[in-house]
Amino acid sequence: MASLKELKGRINSVKSTQKITKAKQMVSAAKLRKAQANAEAARPYAARLAQVMGSLAGKVTVSENSPKLLAGTGKDQVHLLVVANSDKGLCGAFNSNIVKAARLKAKELEAAGKTVLFYLIGRKGRPVIRRVYPKAIAAMFDTTDVREPGYAEAERVAAELVAMYDEGKFDVAHLFYSKFRSALLQEPTSQQIIPVPAPKIEVASDAVVEYEPDEEEILAALLPRFLKTQLFGALLENQASEQGASMTAMDNATRNAGDLINKLTIQYNRSRQAAITTELIEIIAGAEAL
Amino acid sequence: MALHFELVTPARLVRSDDVYMVVVPGSEGEFGVLEGHAPFMSTIKDGPLKVYRTEGAAPEEIQVQGGFAEVSANGLTVLAEHVEG
Repeated sequence: MASLKELKGRINSVKSTQKITKAKQMVSAAKLRKAQANAEAARPYAARLAQVMGSLAGKVTVSENSPKLLAGTGKDQVHLLVVANSDKGLCGAFNSNIVKAARLKAKELEAAGKTVLFYLIGRKGRPVIRRVYPKAIAAMFDTTDVREPGYAEAERVAAELVAMYDEGKFDVAHLFYSKFRSALLQEPTSQQIIPVPAPKIEVASDAVVEYEPDEEEILAALLPRFLKTQLFGALLENQASEQGASMTAMDNATRNAGDLINKLTIQYNRSRQAAITTELIEIIAGAEAL
Repeated sequence: MALHFELVTPARLVRSDDVYMVVVPGSEGEFGVLEGHAPFMSTIKDGPLKVYRTEGAAPEEIQVQGGFAEVSANGLTVLAEHVEG
């Protein structure tokens, strides 16, 4: 059995761990509210853009002359997996779930004879993917220097992706992120982003809409913007998910620490009592012997 | 009689107002939108968006970048990547 001093030390160390997890839980709760508000604020733009894209895509026929972002490169060989992770840990299985989804997809694609490349956003996904696919990492996007990835970052990622696409480095791109359902539930999601899938929203437009310049040019101008919006949306969802996951994980950790402290305290008290009893018996035995 | 005008950026809904007229710097020339404008869609070049709250009032200018305008029965919606002012 551990000595009294050791037990006391352990209780103290668990207590200080609990303080950390509790603090992180409260920080996450505050940040979650903000991230949710951000995600909500971004919705009107995304919805409108998807609507416009839907009505345009219905009017433009995909041909060889269509923008490459919509029509694809005509090949299906190299797949780029864009994996969006967070920069910080302490958020349970959040990052590993996203990476797991990406690895499953990668395995599936490789089994089909495709080439797989990775584009990593955020710091936490790097070690795992680097270990499993050391040569397949095409680029890494660093978000450690900004407090929360926003539209500017989405813009830069989109620009890099489009540049790589134009150079013919990949044919199809998938985006992996975590969709925010609730603070308890985050869903790793994958979604094709290049070539841009035509939104399925059917807009009943009986009015004759005039376009300036023509439909195709507007569509060409909108495609990169649509890509940015999707990336931005994914980043926002990811942030909300991260905070949600972190909150849940830290809540569990705090509770576990509490249980552990209780158990250790009981053990501590018992051993203290046992020590006192032994001492008393010794004294009484000594007195009786006289 | 008023034109419903919405200005939206990726980060938030900047403006949702009833105004008299908006002059939009379209990529093929400026155009003004009043209530009852025909359905219309245009890309926008970077420049000032002039919002007239009432007839004859001094315009309020909003700088937009990377934008796109849509006029429908519900009014005018401007989607812009960046907005100043």
